[in-house]
Amino acid sequence: MKIRPSKVAEVLGFSILRVCMICVALVLIVVFYDIITKGIGVISWDFLTKPPVDGMTKGGIFPAIAGTFFVTVITALLSIPLGVGCAIFLNEYAKDNGLTRFIRMSIRNLSGVPSIVYGLFGVSLFVEMCHFGTSILAAGCTLGLMTLPLTITASEEALKTVPRAYREGSLALGATKWQAIWTNVLPYAIPGMLTGTILGLSRAAGETAPILFTGAAFFLPDIPNSVFSQFMALPYHLYIMSTQHHNIALVRPIAYGTALVLVVLIFTMNLVAVIARYHLRKKGISHGQ
Amino acid sequence: MDNKVRMKAEDVNFYYGTHHVLKGINLEMANNAVTAIIGPSGCGKSTFIRLLNRMHEIVPNARLTGRILLDGKDIVAPDVDPVDLRKKVGMVFQKPNPFPKSIYENIAYGLEINGIKNKMQIEERVVDSLKKAALWEEVKERLHDSALRLSGGQQQRLCIARCLAIEPEVILFDEPCASLDPISTKKIEELILELEKEYTIVIVTHNMQQAARVSDYTGFFLMGELIEFDRTDLIFKAPKDKRTEDYITGRFG
Amino acid sequence: MSKHFQEELQELNDEILKMDTLVEELIARVITALQDRDMPMALSVIDRDAEIDALELVIDEKCLDLIARHQPTAGDLRFIMTGMRLNGELERVADLAVDIAERVLEIADKPLLKPLVDIPKLAVVAQKMVKTAIDSFITRDIDLAKNVILMDEEADLFKDRIQNELIYDYMVKDGSVVPRAVPLILVARHLERVCDHATYIAEDVIYMVKAEVVRHHPERL
Repeated sequence: MKIRPSKVAEVLGFSILRVCMICVALVLIVVFYDIITKGIGVISWDFLTKPPVDGMTKGGIFPAIAGTFFVTVITALLSIPLGVGCAIFLNEYAKDNGLTRFIRMSIRNLSGVPSIVYGLFGVSLFVEMCHFGTSILAAGCTLGLMTLPLTITASEEALKTVPRAYREGSLALGATKWQAIWTNVLPYAIPGMLTGTILGLSRAAGETAPILFTGAAFFLPDIPNSVFSQFMALPYHLYIMSTQHHNIALVRPIAYGTALVLVVLIFTMNLVAVIARYHLRKKGISHGQ
Repeated sequence: MDNKVRMKAEDVNFYYGTHHVLKGINLEMANNAVTAIIGPSGCGKSTFIRLLNRMHEIVPNARLTGRILLDGKDIVAPDVDPVDLRKKVGMVFQKPNPFPKSIYENIAYGLEINGIKNKMQIEERVVDSLKKAALWEEVKERLHDSALRLSGGQQQRLCIARCLAIEPEVILFDEPCASLDPISTKKIEELILELEKEYTIVIVTHNMQQAARVSDYTGFFLMGELIEFDRTDLIFKAPKDKRTEDYITGRFG
Repeated sequence: MSKHFQEELQELNDEILKMDTLVEELIARVITALQDRDMPMALSVIDRDAEIDALELVIDEKCLDLIARHQPTAGDLRFIMTGMRLNGELERVADLAVDIAERVLEIADKPLLKPLVDIPKLAVVAQKMVKTAIDSFITRDIDLAKNVILMDEEADLFKDRIQNELIYDYMVKDGSVVPRAVPLILVARHLERVCDHATYIAEDVIYMVKAEVVRHHPERL
């Protein structure tokens, strides 16, 4: 049987692509395997619910979990309303002119700014200028600013996926622009917005650099009691356990345990995003809204 | 014209940026009649019909000169609110665009945004407009099912019902059958012939047989100009302009 | 107001039926005029032709309209095409009736050359053929149409007999009777033409109902 050259090219092409895919998957599997095998040993109820003791060589990581939770809430409160509002304005109201193109470009560029730069900016704006001090609020606001470009872009994409026909259909029935957006665009964009926003938040939850100067503490025995308190955070705790601790080798298992908790937390958030989107989509189609 | 003129375009010019899309259009649309607009793609026919309820305003950089009259009143004048205009001049689009809500909610939606809150009244209008749109018999058992489960033709009739519910005076059809099969197309055409008795209808279609079947008057657009406008039977039996004849006999390049 | 296609077809059918009635009546009148040599009756036939001419134009226009606007196919197309042909045939039958009426006017005030025997018989055949042809259209009855086509032979025989008798028994023997004989020959010829048109109608009806062409194909009957 004669083998056609085009057939060879196809088999070869797909083989290369397959190898690429396997490499990526392999890296992921190795990372997980490493974290899980080394971290699972320290995970216990106490680890999750107790503060660190004995110079952080024993005990749990509860203050870090709580800190990460609180700071993420602040981040969400800042970035969701601002981001969604900004996206609606840009996508629905703003005319396509030089100014809006400039704004869009700036947003894209902001998402490329290194997170440590956000940290520095947060210090000068929130910690010093706004007198928030090094606190949950300052860190949350800094992370909020950092995720804003992502939230805006994701929300805008979500708005773009709502067919133009829905807007036109509403307008043709005598709806005002605001009515059309509120009743016939936003409800269908929410699943997409939600997904994008949660992904942004999960990224924020894992960041170290922006909170480094703005509120994260080396060690606190208790959970924070106000937005102006300092806090412990999982990624920062991990950073300390891996590089700053006086006995790094001793606390290695704790570092791995922290990493495992962080990864599980972020995965859970992503999973929530996926499930929420699926659920809202399905509901949107069968029952409206 | 035998019937009273309802809408009238007077020397309408339209531009997208620097592109001159419509050139000096003068056209009368009669009451209780179907006025069809035919022409090759890009001739400006869809643009023209969208001017009639100011849907063109949602695209940027559009500019209009001339007047468009509805019952003698200029609807493109700055003091006319397009939202009010669109309640009088309804529109059915090329692709059926039901909202992803139930059949019932699709129709109730237009009523609600127009300030009708009385449940009884809404229900009455929903049923009434579904009947008028010849869809009632097919959906009366499943009013609360998603509109997206209807067939394309049914969806389009739902869009027509939705439009009828807010009691417009003029209905614009922008290639309403472009995405439908022949059977659904026939149903829509029959429906248009029924609606003609109560409304002023303007239909844009690239299917000139459709124009021939449903309309009383036909205008032929070519490159932004209205080449010929006459009674439909005359346009199809004895067009006066060579370009019209070439187009309707399919000899167009 | 544009109407539904089916409604328009029905209207066309109604117009053709009106034409049928008018032509049938005209034929009946002209035959009475011929038999009774009734001048007022003959004049009335000539008068009524205008109405039929007007109706012919209306029906023609309607058929063109339907074709231009609805692109009819299959049975609808055959119906409209038959309608158009029928319309023409009936109008020509009416014209022949007028011709016969004019001959009646020519002979009415002169003594008859001979008692009319075969001409009334041919007239009866012609009337029957027209009526049957029209009935076949109304009832879409192919058997009636076939009968019409078969009757045509009889009509031809009558015409030949009348013509031969008038030429050989009268005109050849006595040249002075020619002015009185020629109108009778023409009447026979007109009547025979009426029968021909009835035949065409019948053939068209068969085409309309069965989509089968029997024109020029007598074997297909």
